[in-house]
Amino acid sequence: MMAGQLSIAKALNEALRKSLENDPKTLLMGEDIGKLGGVFRITDGLQKDFGESRVIDTPLAESGIVGTAIGLALRGYRPVVEIQFDGFVYPAFDQIVSQLAKMHARALGHVKLPVTVRIPYAGGIGAVEHHSESHEAYFAHTAGLRVVSPSNAHDAHWMLRQAIASDDPVIFLEPKRRYWDKGEVGDAADLPLHDARIARGGTDATLIAYGPMVKVCLDAAAAAEEDGRSLEVVDLRSLSPVDFAALEASVKRTGRAIVVHEAPVFLGMGAELAARLTERCFYHLEAPVLRVGGFHAPYPPSRVEEAFLPDLDRVLDAVDRSFAY
Amino acid sequence: MTVKSTARARKKAAPAVPDNLPAGSGAQPELIQLLTPEGERVEHPDYPLTTTPEELRDLYRDLVLVRRFDAEATSLQRQGELGLWASLLGQEAAQVGSGRAMRPGDYAFPTYREHGVAWCRDVDPLNLLGMFRGVNHGGWDPNEKNFHLYTIVIGAQALHATGYAMGITKDGTDDAVIAYFGDGASSQGDVSEAFTFASVYNAPVVFFCQNNQWAISEPTTNQTKIPLYRRASGFGFPGVRVDGNDVLACLAVTRWALDHARSGNGPVLVEAFTYRMGAHTTSDDPTRYRLAEETEAWRAKDPISRLKAHLDREGLADEAFFASVEAKSEELGLRVREGVRSMPDPDPTLIFDHVYAEPHTLVDEERAEYTAYAASFEGGENL
Ligand SMILES: Cc1ncc(C[n+]2csc(CCOP(=O)(O)OP(=O)(O)O)c2C)c(N)n1
Repeated sequence: MMAGQLSIAKALNEALRKSLENDPKTLLMGEDIGKLGGVFRITDGLQKDFGESRVIDTPLAESGIVGTAIGLALRGYRPVVEIQFDGFVYPAFDQIVSQLAKMHARALGHVKLPVTVRIPYAGGIGAVEHHSESHEAYFAHTAGLRVVSPSNAHDAHWMLRQAIASDDPVIFLEPKRRYWDKGEVGDAADLPLHDARIARGGTDATLIAYGPMVKVCLDAAAAAEEDGRSLEVVDLRSLSPVDFAALEASVKRTGRAIVVHEAPVFLGMGAELAARLTERCFYHLEAPVLRVGGFHAPYPPSRVEEAFLPDLDRVLDAVDRSFAY
Repeated sequence: MTVKSTARARKKAAPAVPDNLPAGSGAQPELIQLLTPEGERVEHPDYPLTTTPEELRDLYRDLVLVRRFDAEATSLQRQGELGLWASLLGQEAAQVGSGRAMRPGDYAFPTYREHGVAWCRDVDPLNLLGMFRGVNHGGWDPNEKNFHLYTIVIGAQALHATGYAMGITKDGTDDAVIAYFGDGASSQGDVSEAFTFASVYNAPVVFFCQNNQWAISEPTTNQTKIPLYRRASGFGFPGVRVDGNDVLACLAVTRWALDHARSGNGPVLVEAFTYRMGAHTTSDDPTRYRLAEETEAWRAKDPISRLKAHLDREGLADEAFFASVEAKSEELGLRVREGVRSMPDPDPTLIFDHVYAEPHTLVDEERAEYTAYAASFEGGENL
């Protein structure tokens, strides 16, 4: 099919196309996703090929988009909704956490809500306010939701197809600063949606990242190699559930762990990962699990976002701190 | 107006109602009524309704049984068997009228007070009590009777109903949906968004607002400056205000609205003008915010005595009928009492059931941890 080098954006577009082709119940909904193809063009050309009743331009109303998607799912459809930007998902927050996440349990399993909520998220593109937020912890904290974030074109394609095929609601976080990164997209989903992936093998410390930060960690690992340190990079891929078995195995081998994400460190994914790894690998750890992430501050104006976002140096600095124990 | 609403519908959407009507006065010129409070049958040109004596008796039986069920639940709450109850007292006609207007393929999306609608959809009343007793958060299969789970977050279900109705349009069937909500809910963004989506996509959904005059302690005037049914015209679909204590008018207007919707004409807003005779819920004290005189004035419009007066006046039911309704009511009361008292507490591992449709490692781990922990107590090994 689309073997060869694809951008993440194109890989996602192909995933949506395949999902629409494979299942007539799959629908896309969102603001500007029709003729425009979405502000990031992820749905480019899909309305032309599948029609306005399958690729639906919606009113500008996020709660409305998610709330009606729930109704469509109750009627047997499989809606994939696009939230235009991370910062605009909050008006739909109630529908996501109070309705979408809970209805399956409330109905004792009698209804399924296979709704995928696609959100271009996180920063690094020099955007204005509300266009760079990392809200994964809110969603991962909510039982009933699955939360995933791909870091490369292959995963973007297959994880989106797997998310759409899942009978659970999935929050699908797209690292928007990586949309244009190209990579090989193979023919097969070689990992289940919720398995972590060793992005680079190493022996001295484990860097744990997902979405946009995987590349930063791979760069850091390459740089560290020049200093004679061998860093393993684990790409979490899924934030709920977390593949703790993979993390545990890696950390037990390396004895050190550093979690890297863009979201503020306080009460973020890193807090959870550090706590669990401490519980499970206490006697294997040479140093406390360290975290590198955003500050407890609103996402800053783009001229200073570089200071907010973890970069190679901040990751390497944390590695040094880990080795100093 | 961009939707395919008829001239007739348009006429109803813009009636001549003065803006300065007192709240809760009941002095509403545009109130559709087919049965006066004295039980006299009146005709309305736009909402004709023919009923057989048997149908009238059936409606009466519904009203009485629904009220009985509700009263039983209120007592069970007082006896500590239920944690909370949201009574429908006074709103029986709005619920039974609209509920009986539905066809089997239609779908209802309730709030937390639609016990009468549930009754009409043939949902076992005991199912409704599970969440008020605290043994589940819903618990029934919504697709079995096309009656969705109760929704506590005000207004959220209006969007679910609308999305479901959009699905019906896609499927090309002639089913329709009713979304129930209160006058307070009309202030919620989700309800406005539902109006927008339903109107834009011409969704076959009837928005059935039971204006019972109060949202806990807040009067309708705290929610709106115009009569609620007139909201619809701003969204481009018809709105109708019906006497919510008149089961026949509720039946006729809702049937019309559902048919309007299922025929591809898009949504309708029905405002059932009614009154909550009891407290908001069993934890509310209405004497703190409303006058006894107001409640008394509404008592004179009681939906059950009104239909009873009609049956008596027209000689449509005899003593034997009323005795049989009474007997059924006793039977229901007993069944509800016994059913609730014997409702078992769920196994605590229910917490982990159905969180996801597919396996989730965190849930699986926590279930295993909890089960091991519980089993470490004496007598806990059965978990
Ligand atoms: C979003 C939200 N806010 C507040 C509440 C608390 N609450 C429960 S019922 C209620 C009043 C609702 O009034 P109305 O919509 O008129 O319906 P009624 O109960 O009168 O039938 C409120 C404020 C809630 N359940 N949901």
